[in-house]
Amino acid sequence: MNSGTDLMKKKSKSQTVEMKKKPSKTISDSEKCTVLREDCFRIMKEDGTVDSKVEPKIDKEVVLRMYHNMVLTRAFDERGMMLQRQGRIGFYVPSFGQEAIQTGTAAALLEKDWVFPSYREPGIFLYRGAGLYEMLCNLWGNRGDLSKGRQMPVHYSFPKIKMFSVSSPIATQLIQAVGAAMAAKISKTKEIAISYCGDGGTSENDFHTGLTFAGAYKAPTVFVVTNNQYAISVPLSKQTGAKRLVDKAVGYGMPGVSVDGNDALAVYTATKEAVDRARRGEGPSLIECVTFRMGPHSSSDDPTRYRDEKLYQAWTKRDPIVRLRNYLNSKKWWDEKKEKSLQEQIKAQIAEAVERAEKEPAPDPMDLFEDVYAELTPQLKKQKAELLHEVELRGKFENTSEAFPL
Amino acid sequence: MANLTLVQAVRDALMCEMTQDPRVVLMGEDVGVNGGVFRATEGLQKEFGEERVLDTPLNESGIIGMAMGMAVNGLRPVPEIQFMDFIYPAFDEIVSEVAKIRYRSGGGFTCPMVIRTPYGGGIRGGHYHSQSSEAYFIHTPGLKVVVPSNPYDAKGLLISSIRDEDPVMFLEPKRLYRSVKGEVPEESYTVEIGKASVVRPGKDVTVLCWGAMVPVCMKAAQLCEPRGADCEVIDLRSLVPLDEETIFESVKKTGRVVIVHEAPKTCGFGAELSALINEEAILYLEAPIVRVTGLDTPFPYTLEHIYMPDPERVALAVGKVKNF
Ligand SMILES: Cc1ncc(C[n+]2csc(CCOP(=O)(O)OP(=O)(O)O)c2C)c(N)n1
Ligand SMILES: [Mg+2]
Repeated sequence: MNSGTDLMKKKSKSQTVEMKKKPSKTISDSEKCTVLREDCFRIMKEDGTVDSKVEPKIDKEVVLRMYHNMVLTRAFDERGMMLQRQGRIGFYVPSFGQEAIQTGTAAALLEKDWVFPSYREPGIFLYRGAGLYEMLCNLWGNRGDLSKGRQMPVHYSFPKIKMFSVSSPIATQLIQAVGAAMAAKISKTKEIAISYCGDGGTSENDFHTGLTFAGAYKAPTVFVVTNNQYAISVPLSKQTGAKRLVDKAVGYGMPGVSVDGNDALAVYTATKEAVDRARRGEGPSLIECVTFRMGPHSSSDDPTRYRDEKLYQAWTKRDPIVRLRNYLNSKKWWDEKKEKSLQEQIKAQIAEAVERAEKEPAPDPMDLFEDVYAELTPQLKKQKAELLHEVELRGKFENTSEAFPL
Repeated sequence: MANLTLVQAVRDALMCEMTQDPRVVLMGEDVGVNGGVFRATEGLQKEFGEERVLDTPLNESGIIGMAMGMAVNGLRPVPEIQFMDFIYPAFDEIVSEVAKIRYRSGGGFTCPMVIRTPYGGGIRGGHYHSQSSEAYFIHTPGLKVVVPSNPYDAKGLLISSIRDEDPVMFLEPKRLYRSVKGEVPEESYTVEIGKASVVRPGKDVTVLCWGAMVPVCMKAAQLCEPRGADCEVIDLRSLVPLDEETIFESVKKTGRVVIVHEAPKTCGFGAELSALINEEAILYLEAPIVRVTGLDTPFPYTLEHIYMPDPERVALAVGKVKNF
């Protein structure tokens, strides 16, 4: 990965040059959407072939593990959507098409590193070893859920693997990642922190704040922007006047790179470099992963209301899983038989976890009062006693909640 | 007359006002092409164009700050915050700027605008798609706070809010968006801001509520009838300014009060109502005032139906004050 450092340096330099010399000569909006931007860092061509001159030396085991995780992520998302459609869970957010970003970035981290994810990243949880059963329990919000059924589905929280609790308010995590990274710097643990947001997220105040702080302190942080072209219904062209999200890095004094987000090897390579930089004490980086949101925003969304269908169709031919599989095949690391057995294994694994998770009962109402503070305040103790009394008095509570609309 | 849901009535009000007043502009996340995630602005961009219905970048302080600038410069913006839970990035613009501009400029600048936002639970939305945070804004002088509970009021109150000279927080009970329907006149009409509505007259217990708690309290009143308590249910409709007269009149008649809201108990608006009643009508009270509210915890996901007041919980409280 020695060429890696150059990647960041070159990119940030050429950006500056481009910005100064020919600000108008960038790819037009329509091109930006219909073709994958040509300025993106890419290793695999769309058919999975790799020019041997640029092929990175990534261990076979790592690449195979990445492939496994991408297939698992896809299967998990499919199952999540299906459970929602069947009315068995209330809500789901799929990450279809974004498997390479989640997996490629996760694979570049050490176990000790911190992750501050957004809500569309089941693949990072899976890569770092979050249990399928625990993740599914979150979808039901039941007693097996580590968040005790308090958060909406897909808002996972896995302290043991340093996967920070997902929040709904957009981009808040970016600043917190800087804090975690600064703590690591101060405590000299050599941990780094990585944080994620979407293209829409880059418009929030917290994006500005996070990158400002990281730049000012040279915090060991990596920011990953998943540019999937839409923030619910709002296309990137309406989200910002910036031609490329990666250009924002310049203003915060950090290097940035745009990566083909459907190329797992490129995502891995760029992230590895940013992570190594951070660990060496050279400060933060921004990685823009260009991709497309292949599913709805969430189980409640109908993208046909606003999505450019031609564009969507074009992106169906850029599946990141197919691309990596083609690469594996060309390396003779993979074949039909292995594929079939992997698919079957994952199917069985998920089915088994679904069966177990669905059986868990709802949380105990008395648990509602825990974790507001380290200990219950006198007021909470009183409210708890009142609720207990009410439960005894009336027994059942009817759930008349409406379905989630967004 | 048309039979509309609450969200359709909201859209209808926007349509009416945009048609008759070219100064009215809308802005927010997904309000244009998508017509809002709840469809409150469905078709309006097509009708009025991209300059009057703006899809904004994902930034709430941007939405409110821009609306404020537009209002100062002569427009009548109606910004939408997609969920009230996401209003906090705009908190500074609202409480430091929008609310105070008239006062701090000695009346020299004003910013009449309506901040529309869906609030409240009951839609399986967990922490961040369910909260009822009216108290922060009620506590901020300079903002009016209006909460409709049915389609007729939604249209009339929204039109009044748009025509008001002050900034109005217009809180829409999203749980009722589609679950209540009612007759709504096709033409423009107003419902006066600052007037409560006695939605069920009764003689035994005054039940104060607003928004999504109104139908809950109406159901509670039904439960209470065979149990021997005749509830007078008052839909406050406007929290700032508050119709104290209607409240005190009722309290003086019944001598018993239950206050119901979704927000946590501590420092919820119920506390203010209770204090006011104590100040002005304590000698008429036959029983301590009882509050039925959300718990003093963050809003949960799976157990939201236990967190939120429901008809039975309100009925139990009514029984308690009745039999005190
Ligand atoms: C502060 C805040 N405002 C609004 C929302 C509602 N919302 C949820 S997701 C979303 C769009 C996010 O788009 P993007 O950042 O591109 O991420 P993507 O959904 O594409 O992964 C919006 C507006 C929110 N969750 N938080
Ligand atoms: Mg996006």
